[in-house]
Amino acid sequence: MLSKMTIHELHKLLKKREVSPKEIVEDIFKRIERVEERVKAYITLTRENALKQAEMAEKMIKKGEITPVTGIPLAIKDNICTEGIRTTCASRILENFFPPYDATVIKLLKKAGAIILGKTNLDEFAMGSSTENSAIQITRNPWRLDCVPGGSSGGSAAAVAADECISALGSDTGGSIRQPASFCGVVGLKPTYGVVSRFGLVAFASSLDQIGPISKDVTDAAILLSIIAEHDDYDSTSARIEKQDYTQALKDGIRGVRIGVPKEYFVEGMDKEVKEAVRGVVETMTSLGAEIVDVSLPHTEYAVAAYYIIAPAEASSNLARYDGVKYGLREDAKELIEMYCESRSSGFGDEVKRRIMLGTYALSAGYYEAYYKKASQVRTLIKQDFLDAFKLCDVIVTPVSPTPAFKIGEKIDDPLKMYLSDIFTIPINLAGVAAISLPCAFSKGGLPIGVQLIGPHFSEGLLFNVAYNIEQSLGIYNRRPPLN
Amino acid sequence: MKISKEEVLHVAKLARLSFSEKEIGLFTHQLNQILIYMEKLNEVDTSKIEPTYHALEITNVFREDDIKPSLDKEKVLSNAPKKDRDMIVVPRVI
Repeated sequence: MLSKMTIHELHKLLKKREVSPKEIVEDIFKRIERVEERVKAYITLTRENALKQAEMAEKMIKKGEITPVTGIPLAIKDNICTEGIRTTCASRILENFFPPYDATVIKLLKKAGAIILGKTNLDEFAMGSSTENSAIQITRNPWRLDCVPGGSSGGSAAAVAADECISALGSDTGGSIRQPASFCGVVGLKPTYGVVSRFGLVAFASSLDQIGPISKDVTDAAILLSIIAEHDDYDSTSARIEKQDYTQALKDGIRGVRIGVPKEYFVEGMDKEVKEAVRGVVETMTSLGAEIVDVSLPHTEYAVAAYYIIAPAEASSNLARYDGVKYGLREDAKELIEMYCESRSSGFGDEVKRRIMLGTYALSAGYYEAYYKKASQVRTLIKQDFLDAFKLCDVIVTPVSPTPAFKIGEKIDDPLKMYLSDIFTIPINLAGVAAISLPCAFSKGGLPIGVQLIGPHFSEGLLFNVAYNIEQSLGIYNRRPPLN
Repeated sequence: MKISKEEVLHVAKLARLSFSEKEIGLFTHQLNQILIYMEKLNEVDTSKIEPTYHALEITNVFREDDIKPSLDKEKVLSNAPKKDRDMIVVPRVI
């Protein structure tokens, strides 16, 4: 089955002309027809468009202009703008929004000949850790349909795990790529802040948001990043980086690489199986010749509190644009202010409202110093923790989430409990460093467990290299959910 | 209580959101729980610490003031909830 294959496997077949892009697209839609009703990963499917793009890819291949993603069908998180294709952010307020332009990442993928299959489900405006905050539908974990796929990029991670696409894009503000990748047993990378352009990514918290790949293996993540990582004049926070091929260093050994193990990430109350799985990875790395170093990230315990002030503060400002005037849902009213209020109140879901309220409060007169400024100072200390740790080690290894995927409905009524489950992924966004999540074990209940590797700013090449070595050594990357 | 029902109503007004009586009760309760957790930050001495607003040090980004093609007017207006020719229609302001 073509849908089960990776980007690099299909690329070989496409290059030898043993398979056509159209055949791949058709095979994937067959797979989608079979499983999507149970998984519900997609908000919008664009079959006709995909077939047209397949024809264009075919032409590129015939002309000898094949790139590593030419003819490869991808799923895109529905908060990334796609020209002429509905982009909802899983929100009622954008339910009928058709972007007049492509996000920079989409432009780059199209130019390289990639095919877009459709737009995937997420927590509304990427706010959540389970994809249950979607106003459109609930996505299920392909490994166990009564569990969440994680969030907020739950649709993308589930689509990759269920072979409903070859690879996908997600976005990560506090763990939204890495945690669902971990819950669904796939690979997810949050690049260094600034490596991938945010132009066309619907803004949630602008100083934290990054787009990144979610894929079936480490090689595919490296291939995708090589396409989408490019300086962009349309994003003033875009880093001035040189275009590079991240697959180059994958296969180097990791002898002598210093791996930091932070004691703050192995706390009481953590799931025993997760702890054992990460310890197992540390042993694997030792056997590959890496050197293990104890490091400390002393301000970790304050990360959740700082994040849930900073992210909602930025969100409250970013989401002020949804006023029912130029686009999006409008509720009729006699007066302008009333129209704003009515449109926003009926268009946003509860979690989005909660965060707008929290952010507005934290930025309001008299509270700014106590909340927003204080949180931003703590952010400095969290970033400094990482800079200090990276003087002693090259890569830090931690769990992705304190538990494997939880049950649908388990945490949805307790926002604080849901926030606290982001403890291991949030510090990375606050510091702006890079991190990758890859599957490392399975729980007794048959759920995947992920491990997180964190590297300094712009260390994606090294992260892919270490992750690839772990992946090959563990040999579990081609395990698939029992979903037929 | 970190935040009262009246304060929640005030913040809602600032955020251009309206809530039912029942929602206000629930939001007040949930925001209080969250804000009580945030007190944890007061354990950290930040008296000599500069705040971080951006993960990377970026100074001003300048470009030449050249005219470049912009978005197609018709395409942009196609998303407007109410329009009249080239204009977006809103309720009376004054």
